[in-house]
Amino acid sequence: MRFMMLMIPKGYESAKPGAMPDPKAVAAMMKYNEDLQKAGVMLSGEGLHPPSMGARVSFKSGKPKVTDGPFAEAKEVLGGYWMIQVKSRQEAIEWAKRCPGSDNEVIEIRQVQEASDFEGNLPPKLIAREEALRGKLERKNR
Amino acid sequence: MNSATHAAIEAVWRIESAKIVAGLARMTRDVGLAEELAQEALVTALEKWPQAGLPDNPGAWLMAAAKNRALDHFRHAKLVEAKHEEIGRDMEEGFTPDFDAALEDDIGDDLLRLIFTACHPVLSTEARAALTLKLLCGLTTEEIARAFLVPEPTVAQRIVRAKRTLSEARVPFEVPSGDELGSRLASVLEVVYLVFNEGYSATAGDDWMRPALCEDALRLGRILAELAPEEPEVHGLVALMEIQASRFRARSGPSGEPVLLIDQDRSRWDHVLVRRGLAALERAEKTGGALGPYTLQAAIAACHAQARTPEETDWKRIVALYDALAQLMPSPVVELNRAVAVSMAYGPAEGLALVDAIAAEPALRGYHLLPSVRGDFLQKLGRFDEARGEFERAALLTRNAREVRLLLDRAAALHSGLRVVK
Repeated sequence: MRFMMLMIPKGYESAKPGAMPDPKAVAAMMKYNEDLQKAGVMLSGEGLHPPSMGARVSFKSGKPKVTDGPFAEAKEVLGGYWMIQVKSRQEAIEWAKRCPGSDNEVIEIRQVQEASDFEGNLPPKLIAREEALRGKLERKNR
Repeated sequence: MNSATHAAIEAVWRIESAKIVAGLARMTRDVGLAEELAQEALVTALEKWPQAGLPDNPGAWLMAAAKNRALDHFRHAKLVEAKHEEIGRDMEEGFTPDFDAALEDDIGDDLLRLIFTACHPVLSTEARAALTLKLLCGLTTEEIARAFLVPEPTVAQRIVRAKRTLSEARVPFEVPSGDELGSRLASVLEVVYLVFNEGYSATAGDDWMRPALCEDALRLGRILAELAPEEPEVHGLVALMEIQASRFRARSGPSGEPVLLIDQDRSRWDHVLVRRGLAALERAEKTGGALGPYTLQAAIAACHAQARTPEETDWKRIVALYDALAQLMPSPVVELNRAVAVSMAYGPAEGLALVDAIAAEPALRGYHLLPSVRGDFLQKLGRFDEARGEFERAALLTRNAREVRLLLDRAAALHSGLRVVK
C-alpha cells in the first residue's frame, strides 16, 4: 500500500516568501528522510515553498478565479510530503511517529488511491480512460 | 488482546526486527541465537504493551529487552569467562542513555552482515530465501509457508536446519571482502530475485501473501542499494524488479489470463515504479564497469518501459543487449529470447534460423516456449501447417490451463482457415 504523509506546519500559512525552515530542523529531517530511504519504504518526497509564493484557483459557479497567496482563510497548509510504500496503515503511522516533528507540526496520513479502489464504483470505461491519461502524463514528465 | 495494539506491534516488528536481530548477531556472533532472543523480546512486548501502551521508542525498548535476554542467556549458559566479560561489557555499554545513537552508526553494517550471512552459499536456495524473509523482512514462519505454498512445518524445519548449518559451518558474521565478495553478492542477489519471482508468478486466486513477496523483495533490494551503493549489480537488480513490478496490473486480463508484454495495455503500467526503475538503471550504469547480468536484463526491460507503443520498441538495441547477456551467461533460454528479439528487429526468417540452431538443446526439451515461439515465426512466414503443429506441440507441454487454451485457439484458427498474419 502507498501512503502520503502530509506535513502541516502551523504558522506556515502566513510565512513570508522564501522563508526556509531552521537549519537544525532541516538536518534532523534529512536524517529522517535517510532512514526512510535506508528502510526501503520511501518512494518520493518534496518540501514546498510557503503559500505566499503560490496561488489558488477556485471554481465558484464553474469559473476559474485566481487568488495570489498568502490565503487569509487557510488555517492549515502543506509544508511538504512523503510518499511511502508499506504493508499496512499501522506501519505508515509508525513511520510518521518517527519523524522529528516540532511543536507546531502535524503529519496527516492518507492512503493513496489505486485503480483497484475504483473498481465497482466507476464504469470500467472511465477507469481505463483515467489510467490512460495518467500514463500519458507520466510519460510526458519523464 | 486489543487488535489495534496488536497491529501496532506487528508494524513496529516489521520496521525494527531486522535491526534488532542484526545488532544481537553482532554481539552473540550467532544468527540463530540472535533471532531467538529477538523473538523472546517480541513475546515480552506482546505481553506488556497492550496494558502499558506502546513505549515512546519501541525499537529501543525491544532492543533493550532482547539484550537483557542475551545477558540472561549467557549467565545461564555459563560461557567461558572471557566471552562472558566481553558480552557483559558490550551490554553495559549498550545501556548508556545514548545507546540508540551509538547503535545507529553500526546498524547499516550489521544489517549488511546479516544479509550476507542469511544468504550464505553453504545453505540451499530455499533455506536462504526462508531465512532471509524471516530475519530481514520480519515474516513469520506461517507467512513464509503461505507465500511459498508449502506446509508450515517444512518451513520451520528449513529454518532450524539453516541456523544449525550456519553454526556448524562456523560462518562468520561479516561482510565478505576481496575475491569472495563477488560470488557472495551474487548469492544474495539470487535470493532477492528468487523471492521476487516467486511473488511475480502468483496468479489470481492465490493467497495475497504470494504477490506480497514482490514488495518484500523490492524493499530488500532498495535497502541493499542503500547499504552497498557502490555495487552496480545491486542497482541493476533493483531496476529490473521495479520495472517488472510496474507491469503487475497489466500482465493479466479480466479473467486472470496472462497478457503478453507486447499486448499489455501500457497505460496500466505503474509509472512511479517505471521511473524508479529507470533511475536505478542509470545508477547501475554510472557506477561503472561492464554491465552485469541484472543490469543487462534491466536495460532490456527499460527498452520496453520507454516505448509508448509496442511499435516504438527499440528491438535492435534489445538484440544488442541480449548479445551481451548471452556472452555473460550463455543459456538456451537467453538464446530463445534473443531469437524473438532478432525476429522483431530483422524479420521472422532470421529468428527461425536462430531457434532451429538451438532446437536440439537438451535444456529446452519439454520447454513449451520453444515450439510456441517457433510456431509464431512459422505463422508469420506463412507456413501455416507447420505453425499449427508447433502450437499443438506447445499445448501438450504446458500445464497452465489458460496457456493451453491460448495455444489451442491459435492452432484452431490456423486450421479453420483464419490465417491472419499477426
